[in-house]
Amino acid sequence: MIAVVDQAIDTRAVADAVRDRRHGAVLVFEGVARDHHDGKQVVSLFYEAYVPMALREMEAIAADTRARWAGVSVAMVHRTGPCAIGEPSVVIAVGAAHRGEAYEASRHAIDELKRRVPVWKREHYADGSAWIANKV
Amino acid sequence: MRVVIRYFAALRDIKHRVEETVELPEGTTALGAYAAMGLPTALPVAFAVNMERVPGGTALAHGDELVFLPPVGGG
Repeated sequence: MIAVVDQAIDTRAVADAVRDRRHGAVLVFEGVARDHHDGKQVVSLFYEAYVPMALREMEAIAADTRARWAGVSVAMVHRTGPCAIGEPSVVIAVGAAHRGEAYEASRHAIDELKRRVPVWKREHYADGSAWIANKV
Repeated sequence: MRVVIRYFAALRDIKHRVEETVELPEGTTALGAYAAMGLPTALPVAFAVNMERVPGGTALAHGDELVFLPPVGGG
């Protein structure tokens, strides 16, 4: 499952997408809208994506992850539009035979997503808003 | 040649549009198109042509879809 959606992400469905009898570990990572950034109070977030390219990049990251950790399953869903504090903006699920490779593959997938998938985040504050880039 | 340019995030805010089709001289590069659109040169954008990241010096072709990618913020 690789998707960009404009409504709340169903975390359980993402996890279920990687369940398999071969896997002894299913690891779910949620990136969640946080209420602060660099000392500023954040009221809400808004995500925008270049959707067709974002899907291509997410597919490429999933393929690369499967190539590096043979046998793992990867599902990634990113949200667009308004995202309330406490709601997930991204969910990545990894299924693997053992926990070690699940943790490594999950970390790789989220790091790559934050580095190269064309998605942009606007933070809204009480007194304005700003586009915020990921730290690289 | 005709090229479709799509704008996202900060660049959409500046251009007040999501997309435009522009007529550019043959041999125009991705970076050249950015300058021709009057966008701020201080912004560290990357370039995507037909959804592939390319260097700014890449020459465009008729029918290309060009996107200027501001620093990403997904996750």
